[in-house]
Amino acid sequence: MDIRDTLLKPIFKNNPIALQILGVCSALAVTSSLKVTVVMCIALTLVTAFSNLFISSIRRFIPSSIRIIVQMTIIASLVIVVDQILKAVAYDISKQLSVFVGLIITNCIVMGRAEAYAMKNPPLPSFLDGIGNGLGYSFVLLVIATVRELLGSGKLFGVEILPLVTEGGWYTPNGLLLLPPSAFFLIGLLIWAIRSWKKDQVESPEFVIAKHTAVEEGA
Amino acid sequence: MASNSESLGRVLTVALALCVVCSVVVSTAAVVLKPQQEANKTRDLKRNILMAADLYDPAQSVEEQFQRVTTRVIHVDSGKYADHIDATSFDQRAAAKDPAMSKAVPADGDIAKIMRRSDYALVYLVNDADQRLEKVILPVHGYGLWSTLYGFVALEADLSTIAGLGFYEHGETPGLGGEVDNPRWKALWEGKQAFRDGDVAISVIKGTVNPDSARAAWQVDGLSGATLTSKGVHNLVRFWLGQDGFAPFLSNLRQGEV
Repeated sequence: MDIRDTLLKPIFKNNPIALQILGVCSALAVTSSLKVTVVMCIALTLVTAFSNLFISSIRRFIPSSIRIIVQMTIIASLVIVVDQILKAVAYDISKQLSVFVGLIITNCIVMGRAEAYAMKNPPLPSFLDGIGNGLGYSFVLLVIATVRELLGSGKLFGVEILPLVTEGGWYTPNGLLLLPPSAFFLIGLLIWAIRSWKKDQVESPEFVIAKHTAVEEGA
Repeated sequence: MASNSESLGRVLTVALALCVVCSVVVSTAAVVLKPQQEANKTRDLKRNILMAADLYDPAQSVEEQFQRVTTRVIHVDSGKYADHIDATSFDQRAAAKDPAMSKAVPADGDIAKIMRRSDYALVYLVNDADQRLEKVILPVHGYGLWSTLYGFVALEADLSTIAGLGFYEHGETPGLGGEVDNPRWKALWEGKQAFRDGDVAISVIKGTVNPDSARAAWQVDGLSGATLTSKGVHNLVRFWLGQDGFAPFLSNLRQGEV
């Protein structure tokens, strides 16, 4: 498999959030400001890449009966290390991210890539696949966070772009965008946009509604 | 090969080896980074204390600015200093949960909805260059709409004028109750009077304070769209400045005998 493909495919062609619909929960929770989002994206990309790397390098030794537990242990250890580092070097941001760094453990992207890719491929491509999926996740999160922070609080990276009415400006912020459900709408719109552009991502309908037939006499 | 890697011995070896490696990695990270994390936590708390008293200057180091602040532990009911408790290690939140160190607040007096109150509390005294008292910073907490708000109220040397207020931890709705963090709203507290004839009189009202009103000095604007958070802040400030809170300490301090 081409290295370039492994790295770049997850961004548009096989995006973890938009196509695989994984990791949506954290996409709702941390996207109300860009600064926090960027840190979360870096953390998730690193965890996915390194968990893929480690799992792939020991994949031949992992008995398949306990493989999920082995994957979880490696992922959980990495997440704890990342969380500890954040608390030590970026305390303010780690306070805002609170439980969500810890919840990377349960983020389906990490687990999904470990099981679907790293268990079957050599370490280097697995590492790149982790980076690629991290970038795919980051792409979606950054788009959502940009919209949410700009329209929800009139700022980008905490710098005022649209002067708010409450600060003497003209922009009335949309409070809904600061609340997690707004990310649902935005992700939905984004998936719609990607699938209108790349038609092959549209899923075939699971069932077709049967044609209406009149009830027969005496049935 | 396949049957070999599935044998019981193999499964146990892999599991054990993995656990040992992972636990070593995790504990090393935790131990190595602990001092830095603790330092961050204290620095953050100190910064919040300075910010509540409107003393914080981001250009200077927090440690340097905090040298003006003396931290003391007081016995809340008597309002006297309790120097037998070490102020640096005293954890008021843990004490409030410990039956030996706290008491239940009677339901009718529990306006801040804190259930239990620690018998001891921290106070932060700021002295000016002549070692005279300049400001007193008191830790406060109470329930808003969704969460307990933790913060500080700072009083000027007359022990009645509010020098500032700030919360360092809460989970109120962003954009509505979360506006308790808005610097412009916090600025409204500065210069307000907390007491009138010895009773707590400060209140957060609905809407905007009429500056011509006789009671304007004791009133602060409520947050629009956040009636319950405003009410929570109103109650918690009144509770902690009242008889069940810091009133005994403040009256001792006023008479100069603590």
